[in-house]
Amino acid sequence: MDPVLLSRLQFAFTIGYHILWPAFTIGIAWFIVILNAIWLTTRKTVYRDLARFWIRIFALAFAMGVVTGVVISYEIGLNWSGYAHASVDVIGPLLTLEVLTAFFLEAGFIGIMLFGERRVGERLHFAACMIVAIGTLISAFWIVSANSWMQTPVAFTAAGGHLVATDFWGVVFNPSMPYRLAHMVLASFITGAFVVIGVSAFWIVRGREGDQSAARAAFSLSLWLVAILVPLQIFAGDQHGLNTRKYQPMKLAAIEARWDTAKRVPITVIAWPNPDAERNDYAIEIPLLGSIILAHSLDGEVKGLKEVPATERPPVLPVFLAFRVMVGCGVVLLGIAFAGLYLRWRGTLFRARWYHYACVVCMPLGFIATLAGWTVTEVGRQPFVIYGLLRTADAVSPIAGGAVFGSLAVALVLYNLLLLSFFFYGGRLVWRGIQSLTPISPVARPAGVVGMAPAAKKTINELVV
Amino acid sequence: MNSLSNFDFSVAFAVAEAFIIALYVVLDGFDLGVGILFPFAPRPAERDLMIETLAPVWDGNETWLVLGGMVLLGAFPGAFAILLPAYYVPLALMLFALVLRGISFEFRAQGGPLQVVWTVAFAGGSALAAFCQGAILGSFVGGGLQVVGGRFAGGPFDWLSLFSIITGLGVIAGYGLLGACWLIWKTEDDTQIFARELAFTTLLCTGAAIVVVSLWTAFSVPQIAERWFTLPNLFLLAPLPLIALAAWIGVLRSLWGPRDWVPFLCAILLFLASLGGLGASIWPQAVPGVMTIWEASSAHRTQVVLSGALLGIVPVILAYTAFSYWTFRGKMPAPEVNT
Ligand code: HDD
Ligand code: HEM
Ligand code: HEM
Repeated sequence: MDPVLLSRLQFAFTIGYHILWPAFTIGIAWFIVILNAIWLTTRKTVYRDLARFWIRIFALAFAMGVVTGVVISYEIGLNWSGYAHASVDVIGPLLTLEVLTAFFLEAGFIGIMLFGERRVGERLHFAACMIVAIGTLISAFWIVSANSWMQTPVAFTAAGGHLVATDFWGVVFNPSMPYRLAHMVLASFITGAFVVIGVSAFWIVRGREGDQSAARAAFSLSLWLVAILVPLQIFAGDQHGLNTRKYQPMKLAAIEARWDTAKRVPITVIAWPNPDAERNDYAIEIPLLGSIILAHSLDGEVKGLKEVPATERPPVLPVFLAFRVMVGCGVVLLGIAFAGLYLRWRGTLFRARWYHYACVVCMPLGFIATLAGWTVTEVGRQPFVIYGLLRTADAVSPIAGGAVFGSLAVALVLYNLLLLSFFFYGGRLVWRGIQSLTPISPVARPAGVVGMAPAAKKTINELVV
Repeated sequence: MNSLSNFDFSVAFAVAEAFIIALYVVLDGFDLGVGILFPFAPRPAERDLMIETLAPVWDGNETWLVLGGMVLLGAFPGAFAILLPAYYVPLALMLFALVLRGISFEFRAQGGPLQVVWTVAFAGGSALAAFCQGAILGSFVGGGLQVVGGRFAGGPFDWLSLFSIITGLGVIAGYGLLGACWLIWKTEDDTQIFARELAFTTLLCTGAAIVVVSLWTAFSVPQIAERWFTLPNLFLLAPLPLIALAAWIGVLRSLWGPRDWVPFLCAILLFLASLGGLGASIWPQAVPGVMTIWEASSAHRTQVVLSGALLGIVPVILAYTAFSYWTFRGKMPAPEVNT
C-alpha cells in the first residue's frame, strides 16, 4: 500500500468534503446578514422569520464545516509532514493567522448568533451575525492565499531544502491570489444563493399557505443576487484563466487538452484526451475561438503539453473534464439567473411552474461547480505540491500505508454517514418550512438571568416535532 | 531589529505553546468531560441540560486545539514533522472522535428517533478523544521515539504501551472531573447533586492517576528523576506537587459546599499544576530524548511574524471569548418535567 497515493486520496476526499460546507456557509452567512438588515430597517416579519430559518440550516452546515476543517488542519502534519517542514517558513504564519483572525472570531460569536437572540437584544445579535459572516471571509482570505502561493510561489528564498519567505505581503498577495479569492468567494455566494432559490422554489411549488410570503421574498431576493453574481463569476473565471496562462501554462494546456504549442488555436468543446498517443480522440472544435478566449487575441499563442516531458505533465483527462463540468454548471446557472430576470419582467416569476422545478433541480450545481473547479486547480498543479518546487512524492509523511488506509476507510464511512444525516435533518427543516417557526415569536424573555431559555426551546421542539 | 535578534524566541514560543495547551486542556477538558459523564446522567432531560451548557462555547474551546497545532507547526516545525507522523493513529482517532462529538451538538438538538445515536456518539467521541490525548501525552513524556535524520522512523503503534494506556485513562478521569465541576457551577437541583457525586468519584480516580504517573515516570525515566530529585531543583519544583495536593484537597472539601464555583476553580488549579509538572520534566526538549526546542525551531523571520501575531491578537480573542461566556453566564434552570 503506497502511502503517497493513499494520502492523496485521503486528502482529496477529506478536503473535498470540507469545501462543500464553506462553499455554502460563506454565502448563507451573508444572506442572513442581509435578511436581518432588511428586518431591522423595514420591520417586515417575513425577513425575521427567514433569518431564523436560515440560521438553523446554517448551524448544521457550520458545524459540519468546523469538524471537517479541524481534521484537514492536522492532515498537513499527519500526511504531508515533508511539505509542512519544507514550506513552514512561508505558509506557517498564514495558517496561524487564519486561526487567530478567523476561526476564533467565528467560534466566539457563533454562540451568540445561534442562541443569543433573546439574551443580547436585536442589535448585538445582528452584530454577531455580521462578525461571523466577516469571519468566514477572513478565513477564505488566508486559506486561499496559502493555496495560491502553492500554485504561484513568489517572495521566498530556498535554503537547504527549506523555503523561507522574504516578504510577508508578497507571499500573501501572490500573483494568482486575487483571482482565486474573487473566484472562490463568488462561488460561495452563488452556491448559497442557489440553495436558497431551490428551497424557496420548493415551498412555492408545494403551496402551503404559511410559507408563501417568505418563500416569495427569499426567491425574489436571491434571484436578484444571482443575476449579478453569475455574470461576475464568469468574468472572474475568464480573468483567472488569463492568469493561469501566464503562470501555470501546463495547467492551462491540460484544461484545454492542447498538446502542441500554436497560435490561432481552436477551442475544444469536448474530446477524449489520449495521453499515450498525445492527441485528442473524438474532438469537437470551434476554430480560432481558443485563442480569442484564452489569450483575448486572434493570434494568441497557447502552450502545449509537449513543451515538457511526460513526467512533468499533470493528468490531462480529469483536469480537462472537470473544467468542462465547472463551465457547464456556470452556463446553466447563468441560464437560470437570466430566465428569472425575464420572468420577472413578464410578471410570471411566481407562477411559472416549470421554472420552479428547474430551480429545485439546479440546487446542487453550485457545489458541483466548486468541487470541479478545485479539481482543476489541484490536479492541474500535479506532479507538484508547490508548483515547480516540491513534488508530491517528496511531500508525504514517513507513515505506513496501512495506517493511512485505515484512516481513509474510517473517513469514507464516517463522512458519508454524516452527509446522509445532514440531508435528513436539513431536509426535515425544509420540509417543515417557515410556518413551523413563526409561533415562537410571542415567547417572552424569561425572567432573571437564566440559561438559554429552555422553556422557549421546548416550545420550539414541540411545535417542530 | 538588533535587540530582536538576541531575543530567545524559542523559549518564548515554548511558553506560548504551554499557555495554549493549558488553555485548551482546561476549556476542552470540561467540554469533553461533560461528554464523558453523559452515560451516567440519571434522566434524558439531564443530558439535554448538560449539553446546553456547552452548546454556545464548544467551538471556541476546540479552536485552541487548532491553534496549538498551527503554532507548533509555525514555531517548532522540526518537532511537528516528527510528532504528527509518529502519533498518526491516535491523532487520527482523536480527530474522528472530535468530528463525531462535535456534530452531535447540532444533530442531537434536532430531536427525533435518531437522537439516541447522537447521545452515544457524543459520549463515545468525547471519551475516545480524551483517551487519545492522554495516550499521546504519556508516550510523549515517556520518550523513546525512533527518529533517523530528523524523520520519524518507527511503526504506527509505537505509542501504545501500558503506560500510555494508564495516562489515557487518567486524562479521561481528569476531564470527567473538570466536567463534573463545571456542571456543579452551571446547574442546580438534581443535576447538580448528580454532578457532585460524580465529581467525588472522578476526583479519586484523577488523584490515583496523577500519583501513578508521577511515580512511574520518576522511576522509569532517569533524566526525569534527576530533574526532580537533585538540588536545587528539589526546592524550586516542590511548589508544583504541593499546589496540586492543595488543589486536590480543595476540590474534595468544597464539593458539597455552598460556593459552587470553588470546585471548578480548584480542579483547574489541579490541572495546571500537573501540566506544570510535566513541563518541568521535559524542559527544554521539544521531542524528549531527540530534539531540544532550539533544534526544532523555525526561521527567525517566521518567529518574528508569528510572535507579533500572537501578542497582538490573542488578547483580543481572550476578551471576546470572555464576553461570550459572560453572555451565557448563570445557571441553567432545572429541566421541567412533562413539558
Ligand atoms: C474558501 C474558503 C475555505 C477554504 C478553501 C478552506 N476553508 Fe476551512 N473553513 C472555512 C473556509 C475555508 C470557513 C468558512 O471559515 C469554515 C467553514 C465552516 C466553518 O465553521 O468555518 C472553515 C472551517 C475550518 C476549520 C474549523 C475552524 C473552527 O474550529 O472553527 C479548520 C481547522 C479549517 N477550516 C481548516 C482548513 C484547511 C487546513 C484548509 C485547506 C487545506 C481549509 N480549511 C480550506
Ligand atoms: C478547499 C479548497 C481545496 C480543495 C477542494 C482542494 C482539493 C485538493 C485535491 C482534489 C487534491 C488532490 C490532487 C491530486 O492528488 O491529484 C489536493 C491536494 C493537495 N492540496 Fe488541496 N485543495 C484545497 C485547498 C488546499 C489548501 C488551502 C492547501 C494548503 C494550504 C492545500 C494543500 C494540498 C496538498 C498539500 C495536497 C496534497 C498533495 C497533492 O496531492 O497534490 N489544498 N487538494
Ligand atoms: C463559466 C465560466 C467559468 C470560468 C471561465 C472559470 C474559470 C476557472 C479557471 C480557469 C479555474 C482554474 C484556475 C487555476 O487553478 O489556475 C477555475 C477554478 C475554480 N472555479 Fe471556475 N470558472 C467558471 C465558472 C465557475 C463557477 C460557476 C463556479 C462555482 C459556482 C466556479 C468555481 C471554481 C472554483 C471553486 C475553482 C477553484 C479555486 C480557484 O482556483 O479559483 N467556477 N475556474
